[in-house]
Amino acid sequence: MSSSVNYLRANKMPHIWCPGCGNGIVMSNIIRAINDSGIDREKTVIVSGIGCSSRAPGYMDFDTLHTAHGRAIPFATGIKMANPELNVIVITGDGDSSAIGGNHLIHGCRRNIDITVVIVNNNIYGMTSGQYSPLTPTGAWATTAQYGNIDRPFDIPRVVAACGATYVARASVFHVPQLKNYIQAGLANKGFSIIEAISICPTYFGRKNGMGDAPEMLKWLKDNCKMLKPGDAGNYLAGTAEYDVPYVLGEFVKTTAPEYTESYMKVIEKAGGAK
Amino acid sequence: MAKNKAVLLQGNEACVMGAIRAGMRFYGGYPITPSSEVAEQSSILLPKVGGKFIQMEDEIASIASVIGASLTGTKAMTASSGPGISLKQELVGYASMAEIPLVIVYIMRMGPSTGLPTSPAAGDIMQAKWGTHGDHSIIAVCPSSVKEMYELTIKAFNFAEKYRTPVYLITDEVIAHMREGVELEDDYEVIDRVRPSEAPSADYLPYRCEEGCDVPPMAAYGDGYKFHVTGLSHGESGFPTNSPEVNDKLVRRIVNKVEAHADEICINETHFMEDAEQVFVAYGSCARTAHYVVKQLRAEGVKAGLFVPKVLWPFPANALKAAVSDKVKNVIVPEMNMGQYVLEVERVLGGKCPVTGISKVSGELFKTDELYEKVMEVIGK
Ligand SMILES: Cc1ncc(C[n+]2csc(CCOP(=O)(O)OP(=O)(O)O)c2C)c(N)n1
Repeated sequence: MSSSVNYLRANKMPHIWCPGCGNGIVMSNIIRAINDSGIDREKTVIVSGIGCSSRAPGYMDFDTLHTAHGRAIPFATGIKMANPELNVIVITGDGDSSAIGGNHLIHGCRRNIDITVVIVNNNIYGMTSGQYSPLTPTGAWATTAQYGNIDRPFDIPRVVAACGATYVARASVFHVPQLKNYIQAGLANKGFSIIEAISICPTYFGRKNGMGDAPEMLKWLKDNCKMLKPGDAGNYLAGTAEYDVPYVLGEFVKTTAPEYTESYMKVIEKAGGAK
Repeated sequence: MAKNKAVLLQGNEACVMGAIRAGMRFYGGYPITPSSEVAEQSSILLPKVGGKFIQMEDEIASIASVIGASLTGTKAMTASSGPGISLKQELVGYASMAEIPLVIVYIMRMGPSTGLPTSPAAGDIMQAKWGTHGDHSIIAVCPSSVKEMYELTIKAFNFAEKYRTPVYLITDEVIAHMREGVELEDDYEVIDRVRPSEAPSADYLPYRCEEGCDVPPMAAYGDGYKFHVTGLSHGESGFPTNSPEVNDKLVRRIVNKVEAHADEICINETHFMEDAEQVFVAYGSCARTAHYVVKQLRAEGVKAGLFVPKVLWPFPANALKAAVSDKVKNVIVPEMNMGQYVLEVERVLGGKCPVTGISKVSGELFKTDELYEKVMEVIGK
């Protein structure tokens, strides 16, 4: 295994995350994926929104941008458009990406701009202490759903596949080899890639939903996730596959489509602005 | 200066041409009347010079993309009108806090809310100043002709680059949509942001100012500096801190880097001010009407004068105080709003002479006769 420490801003430790938080696992697997994919570190920008998970870039020794709540993808879009040479990675929470940033998420997918987005789904608003998000399961407790959440959650792979993302995968902070491999595949994809990382928030989700502490939550992930069966992605996305668990993990979309900045280069050629 | 051939341009079109002249190579926007031509022209002209245009999904995404582009070292702009500018506000503050150079073209229409989309107004002068939360400073340049749409857009970029701050180019629908013959100059000064003089190293401090300067040099993403940018309060390192001392220093610096340089930033035009007794302060399309009325009054023997701030924010306090001599009997501020800029004029003149606002909120520009009559009521008193 590569040493992720080389990629960290060691002098920014200790981090702000609670004991048992899944953010560190996601961050270290992003770093491993970057290392193993051999992309140029000095040409890599990591962009985040606001939330506990969005604090990760502050600890990562790259060009980093901590933006505003929900807006990481459009900031990243400007970076990638202005300088397509840069590798652009977004780290975003479930609320950040699917509530306040939901509009940007679907339009990033539609454009298929070459950005890799890692959604850290801990099922809750961590930073603001436990309100429900669009990815909180129905029936769960949250500080703003004290009688049980009546909202129905998005299923991220289905949403982003429908919107045109060209690489879509889901892993969990228990399923670490998959998590790293999927992020690496996302980095390799020349287009908009989404990797949903099912994570754990022992402080605001686990404790209040009777799921126990971090080891117990990891064990829950082990028991409640199943791998997508080979050849079953189409069925899963169509909603016709049957899995008796809350989370199906795997690669749901691996396809190609014109990449946005490359298409724009053709616009420049047409307009006569190519060097 | 060499005389060039006059070209017929629309205000919004001149703005985009000026922006490209200033070095704009990225535009991110969302259409809204009366600013849409800025987006349309950008989409035509930018790819011709190898620049990038993108129509984003909303105004928040637009300014976000512009901030991202600027961080790669690219001069970037967005444009909108009241409803869209309201949406952008959180990120205007972000650009202030993180010190990101960018230009926001703000074509005012009648508000509040959807209001009168195709009608001129100046109801957003205070929003430009205070629209985003928190103490901050802003530069807002205000053209009142098509030529100024070109030239002040260049200035807007220069200010953004020099002071590392968001800059509004704010004016009303009349100036944006009218067409005038414009003789452009051959030479315009173009300023680029100062890049760090040192090579990338682990000790690099992205928000450290050089001695005697209050604007830090700015690296670009991809240059190897590996720096962090956040909207959280931060020290010279760019990383978040809760330190009261650092926060106090930061807020004072980002405000004062503009306010303390108001005299360098402000551009004012004056007409007949030397012996003026009845002084107008007017901006945008109002300045044109006021100029006409001033000349009319002069012809009738009234010693009228006109002070036109081309930079509304920071407020040209010293210049205005100097221009309003002891001979002045009235200061009159016609505005297409309920009276916004007049409050600042009043505050700055501090009782030196009576200050009277003339307001119009019908979504129409001031007509010369109408302004003349209202002015006579003030002067006649
Ligand atoms: C415009 C805006 N609205 C609300 C907030 C408050 N806020 C900060 S983080 C957050 C939710 C974060 O939840 P999530 O995105 O799931 O990330 P997590 O903290 O769980 O990693 C909210 C609502 C904000 N900072 N800005």
